Amino acid sequence: MTASALLQVAGLRKRFGELAAVDGVELTLVPARLTAIIGPNGAGKTTLINLVTGALRPDSGRIYFKGEEITRLATHHRVRKGLSRSFQLMNIFGRLSVLENVLVPVLSRLGRTVDPFSRLEREAEARAEAEQILAEIGLGHARAHPAGAISHGDQRLLELGMAIAPAPALCFLDEPSAGLTPVERTTVLDLIRRLSVERRTTFAIVEHDMDVVFSLSDWIVVMNRGRVLAEGPPSLIRENREVREVYLGEDALA
Amino acid sequence: MVLILVVLPSLAGRYSLYLVIQILILSVFSLGFNLLFGYTGLLSFGQAGFFAVGAYACAKILLAVPNLFLGLLGGVVIAAAAALLLGFLSVRHTRIYFSMLTLAFGMMIYSIAWKWRDFTGGDDGLVGIPRAPLAIPGLPALSVASMERYYYVVLVVSLLAIWLMYRLVNSPLGLALQAIRDSESRAEFAGIAVRTYRLVAFTIAGLYAGLAGALLPPLENTVTPPIAHWSTSAEPVLATLLGGIHVFGGPIVGAFLFFMIKDVIVRFTEYWLIWLGVIVVALVMGFRGGVVSMFARRAARAEAASDR
Repeated sequence: MTASALLQVAGLRKRFGELAAVDGVELTLVPARLTAIIGPNGAGKTTLINLVTGALRPDSGRIYFKGEEITRLATHHRVRKGLSRSFQLMNIFGRLSVLENVLVPVLSRLGRTVDPFSRLEREAEARAEAEQILAEIGLGHARAHPAGAISHGDQRLLELGMAIAPAPALCFLDEPSAGLTPVERTTVLDLIRRLSVERRTTFAIVEHDMDVVFSLSDWIVVMNRGRVLAEGPPSLIRENREVREVYLGEDALA
Repeated sequence: MVLILVVLPSLAGRYSLYLVIQILILSVFSLGFNLLFGYTGLLSFGQAGFFAVGAYACAKILLAVPNLFLGLLGGVVIAAAAALLLGFLSVRHTRIYFSMLTLAFGMMIYSIAWKWRDFTGGDDGLVGIPRAPLAIPGLPALSVASMERYYYVVLVVSLLAIWLMYRLVNSPLGLALQAIRDSESRAEFAGIAVRTYRLVAFTIAGLYAGLAGALLPPLENTVTPPIAHWSTSAEPVLATLLGGIHVFGGPIVGAFLFFMIKDVIVRFTEYWLIWLGVIVVALVMGFRGGVVSMFARRAARAEAASDR
């Protein structure tokens, strides 16, 4: 267990039938270092996130978060400890308002969701915090809209807002720019960069767009066939022969 | 509305009072059901089981101790306990699996009501249940033997139950349940212990079913197994669909419509359920438009609010 590690993964394995989706992954994430996890389709990136955040149980291996083993811990307990995520496919509370979408994780963190008699309008602390998050992601104007009715780009921003609402120490973003227009993409990337500075949240993103990866990240982890093929700062990954051959392709490095 | 209900006994006859009591009971029953269905996203077909547990428990207590307060309290507590137990097994599943499981548990309770002769009276049911005085500890006992008096008991209890449910669905807990309805996985990643919250909703729904059930024996003076049958479970489902699942007052409006439709159709044909079915089908098929138009209205209102 490394003292400075935020997250440490050792010998993590998960099989789906014949397919070893994650096949002995060793990984350490360090605070304040924005890490990008890349790799071809089926490399096991999303499975890795699912294992680390508790959506799936590993067949073997261990996961440590802030020095504490969380391998078998229930998802909502991991969230309480400061580990959150966004989803590759849109996953929001469609019938709730934009504000309420952010309010749910905030209330949960404050331990307020157990209260059956308080009025939502009176939850001043949580509301102020949720409004603050909406302002940060630039959705303040849409606070009263049903979340299912706002544009795809705005829903992506909302996803991000919901992921940071539990005030996580570590936040996984699964393809945060998927399906966005170039303008929206820039907005989301700027936002991630700003949030990682302003909040004490370390981001780890899974991303396919290499421009995004190389412009945003401090550290890159390359996965292939359920294993970590290489990791290092972007400059070294660019030079890495193995990575070039397996994944990036010469044109991406021109 | 409440005012009309309060002065009703001086305006209406015994039959109308009887009908309004039935509407209030179904309202409470349906509100509990809709906490589970409309707010938490779980469709239970077994609510009659808890309704019957409440009714039988209240009846047994009244036959032993003639105190309406104890009867109602006992019915509620025992039904909630039953819901907690069966809920623990049911909320591990969702969607159709959950629905089938609750249907099975409901029918289990039905067969207990039918077969456990010594306790439930079998197909004869329990008879001669007194409309016992309401003796709340610390207060003087109150006779509620007349229909008017009992009407007020049901009215006060129902309004209290409706108000508490209104507070609940507008509370942080109510919001958490709606979040679970919209996305289970996202709710979990918001830090919510989804299964526990589902169990809470299930228990409260069972408690409301039990309360509704407990209000029935003093009205009818008898309890028989058919109240545990799955067709009784269908009543809150139909009432809620009639009134609307995404509006707080939907189940109450639906309970009113349910009895109005039944009362009218029953005069023409004994197959009133078929026609009620036709009406519900028509409403559900037109529902898509209903939801969309409601959505549009909400969005429009929100827009107006944010433009200000």
